[in-house]
Amino acid sequence: MKSAQQIASEVRSGVTTAIGELTTSLRAIRERNDELHVFLYVDEEGAIEAAARIDERVGRGDDVGPLAGVPIALKDNLCQTGIPTTCSSRILEGWRPPYSATVIDRLMAAGAVPVGKTNLDEFAMGSSTENSAFGPTRNPLDPSRVPGGSSGGSAAAVAADMTPIALGSDTGGSIRQPAALCGLVGMKPTYGLVSRYGLIAFASSLDQIGPFAKNVTDAALLLEAIAGHDPMDSTSLPEPSPSLVAHVNDGVAGQRIALVRELVEGADDDVVASVYRAVETLRDAGATIVELSIPELHLGLSAYYLIAPAEASSNLARYDGVRYGLRVDADDVAAMNEATRTAGFGDEVKRRIIVGTYALSAGYYDAYYGQALKVRTQMIAAFKRAYQQADLLIGATTPSVAFTFGSKTKDPMAMYLNDVFTIPTNLAGEAAVSVPFGTGEAELPIGVQLLGPGRSEARLFAAARVLEIAEGRS
Amino acid sequence: MTSPLRREDVAHVAKLARLSLTEAELDLFTEQCGKVLEHAADMNSLNLDGVVATAHPFGLINVVRDDEVRPSLDRDTVLAMAPDAEDGRFAVPRIMGEAP
Amino acid sequence: MKLPNGWEMVVGLEVHTELKTASKMFCGCANSFGSEPNTNTCPVCLGLPGSLPVLNERAVEFAMAIGAALHSTISPSTFHRKNYFYPDMPKDFQISQYDLPINSGGYLDLPDGSRVSIERAHLEEDTGKSTHLGGSGRIHGADRSLVDYNRSGVPLVEIVSGPDIRSSDQARAYASELRGILIATGASDGRMEEGSMRIDANVSVRKANAPFGTRCEIKNLNSLRSLGRAIDHEALRQVEVIEDGGVIRQETRHWDENLGETSTMRTKEEAEDYRYFREPDLVDLAPDQAWQDRVRASLPPMPAERRRTLADRLTDPTEAQLDAVEVVIDLGLEPWVHSALDRGADITLALARAANELAAGIDGLVNLTLDAFTQTLLMEQRGELSATQAKTVLGELLASGGDPAAIAAAKGFEQLSSDSLGATVAKLIEQHPDEWARFRDGDEKLAQFFIGLVMKSTKGQANGKAVIAELHARR
Ligand SMILES: [Mg+2]
Ligand SMILES: [Zn+2]
Repeated sequence: MKSAQQIASEVRSGVTTAIGELTTSLRAIRERNDELHVFLYVDEEGAIEAAARIDERVGRGDDVGPLAGVPIALKDNLCQTGIPTTCSSRILEGWRPPYSATVIDRLMAAGAVPVGKTNLDEFAMGSSTENSAFGPTRNPLDPSRVPGGSSGGSAAAVAADMTPIALGSDTGGSIRQPAALCGLVGMKPTYGLVSRYGLIAFASSLDQIGPFAKNVTDAALLLEAIAGHDPMDSTSLPEPSPSLVAHVNDGVAGQRIALVRELVEGADDDVVASVYRAVETLRDAGATIVELSIPELHLGLSAYYLIAPAEASSNLARYDGVRYGLRVDADDVAAMNEATRTAGFGDEVKRRIIVGTYALSAGYYDAYYGQALKVRTQMIAAFKRAYQQADLLIGATTPSVAFTFGSKTKDPMAMYLNDVFTIPTNLAGEAAVSVPFGTGEAELPIGVQLLGPGRSEARLFAAARVLEIAEGRS
Repeated sequence: MTSPLRREDVAHVAKLARLSLTEAELDLFTEQCGKVLEHAADMNSLNLDGVVATAHPFGLINVVRDDEVRPSLDRDTVLAMAPDAEDGRFAVPRIMGEAP
Repeated sequence: MKLPNGWEMVVGLEVHTELKTASKMFCGCANSFGSEPNTNTCPVCLGLPGSLPVLNERAVEFAMAIGAALHSTISPSTFHRKNYFYPDMPKDFQISQYDLPINSGGYLDLPDGSRVSIERAHLEEDTGKSTHLGGSGRIHGADRSLVDYNRSGVPLVEIVSGPDIRSSDQARAYASELRGILIATGASDGRMEEGSMRIDANVSVRKANAPFGTRCEIKNLNSLRSLGRAIDHEALRQVEVIEDGGVIRQETRHWDENLGETSTMRTKEEAEDYRYFREPDLVDLAPDQAWQDRVRASLPPMPAERRRTLADRLTDPTEAQLDAVEVVIDLGLEPWVHSALDRGADITLALARAANELAAGIDGLVNLTLDAFTQTLLMEQRGELSATQAKTVLGELLASGGDPAAIAAAKGFEQLSSDSLGATVAKLIEQHPDEWARFRDGDEKLAQFFIGLVMKSTKGQANGKAVIAELHARR
């Protein structure tokens, strides 16, 4: 499939049409969606309308934007006016939002053509997309394995050449982990870089929307189009979208890059080998390599699995059967709330609501939630110290390549351990990118993770691009 | 300092969160959620006295908007989402007590 | 009311006031009372998935103004989520301030000279409103409820007093003075009947100087009358329970205005666990000194100061005059009174006309210029208008404005010049020689007899004082 950059440039110059590119995308979806279960909803009609409008504007000589005619898949936790938005939950089944997320408005303004909504772990809680109420998504590279999660559908859409780019959300690794498992570039931007308005909240202080693409340039192109201050989000950084595409070829010469011991610890040998090979590649490209230990990273998982559920327990209270979504009737309103929530939420969501409610409840707050917030402070301080010694950090994205269905569903803790390398970035509100580098077991892709301080997206993409070029993907 | 999660804790918390659990679910969730809390116990060995809590990753302050009226949603659109509506309002089964 | 047997009540009040912003606290929907249900709603105030709050600057400034007027310390503050399920609360949590409120400490001085301390005055959002159908139309016994979210997300300031109040009269005086302050700052219209000011009362009883007793909270008192009655009733109930050998349980109680009694709503054991935590969708609020100074500088004079300024113009004030001053300050009528006094109007007359006629026609105040009010009073004082006529002219001015002299002329009031009054009095003296003789001999009661006759013959348009002056002139 063509890259997003190529499609946009061809549509703008009239070499191809948005309708033509959309047709290719819709055909790919039709061919494999039943098998892979990537899209929960395909908005053919809306997409055709949007593509036709772009072609018409190109015909008039209008500048239709940097993503002109590029089909894009959207994780189904992004609100889009009139389009079913479920978060892969029964509780929202059939709900059509009366408004669109800021990122979707920006995509449309940039000329992109949203084709539909992709599967995810219910309310983005999971690392395999097995927690979807509507059934799991399969990894296009090996349908017997998971695509990762929670943005598994968006990752699979790009990996299966259904769309060249997709949006996901990353609360503890939900973009980077599926990107790694599907052989894609995926970025978790700095907290506040991308507006969360219209992103259905899982854990508000950790959630960020970010891009999936087959290559670094497309990821940068997409992020550039959606980033920048939004007055509808109080936590949005007060600055315009950074210039990213212009810097993807800046290289790493003179950069200090630190290999972090805790970010490879416990990973499979093939994964560790890939990280070491990436380190050598960056050294060859002119980076100074150091080795660091950041012991605080060990605490990330503990803090995260209290903070995220605590926020989620409150964010998910509104699904009560009163205003929208599912209602299960009962005699009085409290019983109706309970019947609705009991029927509407899946087990993983219930588990997190229970842990989160417990961590916030009287008598336990200080020991759990309060303590986790202090650990978060320490995590931020630890990263700050690390960034005095290095410009970027490097490690693995996931401990292993894509795993098979059911292998981690019995024990939630085993599933959570998948996020051990990605979680610290969310706690610190910083940026990180996963880039495919080498393959492991069964020729499956391995993701190498580059981490940077807040607002380091341009530097991260440039370093990721060095690795991508070394792999022969230009 | 962390007491292992008890079955009655899970039952109490589920009630607070408006979830009803079967006996089997109570057992399963007590075990599974207990593991998460046990894992979190590694934080309790730390002395974090005097460490400030971080609820926000970045220190923005005073983010406000002008006091300007913007268009509201159309009421028909709003009520079309409702599981039950009557007389321009959202309808719910009887409410058993006043707000706390 | 005084409690029996040396008991003393201890009361603290929590006053919720809606702020008079144009838009809601966290979204752009109109903050207006009385719109069609659910017409002022959007993704934010309906708590739709994905929506996010953004704080209204004006709400912050009103909160700071209230704090400044209550001598509070304005501090860096945060927002928390107060989690509980209730259908009128669209997110099933309320955004409120918790351990770090925008205003802490302070005090309010009451007209009787007592001082009530202020613990805090914090920002929070209002909930929607439910209507109960079936049964009696009240919450109990209803078979279903309908919810309107127009009020959801309207900004509130909750003002919490210290436990310094010792009587229902003092509680009412506090609420009334606070209401005056809220109106003066422009933060609130103070309309209790519309629910824009609502009061919860914490009541306990003790023997003088003993430690505080267990308190009960009475929710949602929506008038000063309910406030006073509820506190008295609750304090007496507690005394009776204790004197009968019982103990007071800490609980939330409901005041029934019709039955005139409180009843248990919820005991402490059933108290909610609100699981407060920092609202991650909002950032901290830390008004810098310059912002605080701007708000302070734009504060108008508060009722106490205005009351002093007006009372200073009274020499040897009577009870009736002080009562009138209260009304004038409460309703913000003193510009009219000051204007009339500055141009020579009698202070008793000015206070009376303001506290009675202007107060009764308060909605028409926009039509009444300071000059028209002054003119009317001066005409009355000169005897050109009787009291009844002056009231009629004021009524006309409040209804549709205009010039008092022209209104008097149009109504034919000018016939009451002193000439025609003199002629009328002379004729009546002639017709009633016996009564006139007795009046001349010092029977002052007969003045009333002649006033009555004059009023009858002028159809009530004469000025009573002018008639007495005329009688005395002829004695
Ligand atoms: Mg409150
Ligand atoms: Zn609104």
